[in-house]
Amino acid sequence: MSGFFALVGRDIRIALRQFSDTMMVIVFFVIAAALFPFGVGPEPNLLARMAPGILWVTALLAAMLSFDRLFQNDYDDGTLELLVIAPQPLWMTALAKIVAHWLTTGLPLLVAAPVIGIMLNLEPRGYGVLIAAMALGTGIISLVGALGAALSLGSRRSGVLLSLLVLPLVIPVLIFGAGAVDAAIGGFAASQQLLVLGGLLIGCLAVCPWGCAVALRLAAE
Amino acid sequence: MDGFSGTGLACIRSNRIVFAGLDFAVSPGGALVLTGPNGSGKSSLLRLMAGIARPAAGSILWQDAPVSEDPEAFFARLHYVGHRDAVKPALTVRENLTFHAALRPGAADIDGALERVGLAALADLPARMLSAGQTRRLTLARILATPAPLWLLDEPTIALDYRAVERLRAAIDAHRAGGGMIVASTNVPLGIDDAATIDLAAHAPAPDVLWADEPPDILSDEPR
Repeated sequence: MSGFFALVGRDIRIALRQFSDTMMVIVFFVIAAALFPFGVGPEPNLLARMAPGILWVTALLAAMLSFDRLFQNDYDDGTLELLVIAPQPLWMTALAKIVAHWLTTGLPLLVAAPVIGIMLNLEPRGYGVLIAAMALGTGIISLVGALGAALSLGSRRSGVLLSLLVLPLVIPVLIFGAGAVDAAIGGFAASQQLLVLGGLLIGCLAVCPWGCAVALRLAAE
Repeated sequence: MDGFSGTGLACIRSNRIVFAGLDFAVSPGGALVLTGPNGSGKSSLLRLMAGIARPAAGSILWQDAPVSEDPEAFFARLHYVGHRDAVKPALTVRENLTFHAALRPGAADIDGALERVGLAALADLPARMLSAGQTRRLTLARILATPAPLWLLDEPTIALDYRAVERLRAAIDAHRAGGGMIVASTNVPLGIDDAATIDLAAHAPAPDVLWADEPPDILSDEPR
């Protein structure tokens, strides 16, 4: 387990030292969401109606920016070889990378989302569910994105390949995440959508670290 | 055999046979030096030994048991130094070493290892400030920070000055005196006492021979 926490700690430390890289994701999130009022017009009711969808789509695209460097740096400088031959299960190593990714990308997105919600005139009733759904959804995005990043490791134009791999897989997150916020705004219970997101998170938690481990071993070879 | 060995190893990279039919054996306290021209498969062999890649044929044994039976137990016994340094420029020298030591089993002696490679004074400097030779020394500090019976070193002396090479040699001697094993690839004489040598060039496959003898004369009309 010491290796697990050492890896999480190291990745967070590197993310804090290279703060501009970490902030890039959040800045993209804010700017992309801020473009919508210019594109569709600043009508408050229209924006409020579209806010859940805009928040989820832009958060997803922002998160995509962070995946190409998730394993790439370790792959380039030879650290990945050492992680593969570390005497702990490789899925645990992959899970440590995913946890660190969520803490440095998912969590900041979660913090920024309500702020953008205010900008888009999101109904006050929606915020609680937005945060709950985002907490689950960003976890799923980190897990699926890490799997995509591990699979596309070492290929040329891995960024494009990564988007093609990951974006279709996270469509359910988009549907149920935006659906949960819509339901809360409409005055309905959002528990169904949140339960589906929770189920997806548990499913991904079981499959993705293991899949990552297989892909990383192949990439290191 | 009591030690680390391999039999009938073959390595294929991008549909090309790098070497085939290679045997090796290292006993406790022993050393094995891999030589051969560039591209002859020294690094590939070390990666097979470390378990990063799998051999196309043959098996690698630790005390006569195939390492593939329990790879994690085998990984716990080795240190591997590749030709890439695995040093993060954003972290300090000490942070880099502490991270790698935490991945390996055994009690870590970070300060002792930095002292032995002559980086103690630079411990709190970001690794991006280090020169190529100092970065290499930081990489080699990894193998001194935690104990492991088997060291696999890929061209360990690259970028090192002669004093650092002397220190490495002393570390290798101390490791072997304690019953440790070493496999090192090199293009320059390392000066390791009574080390066995494997010349990878001797295990290269024969160049593709389509016709061993004169090609048959299939165009002539004469009956054969």
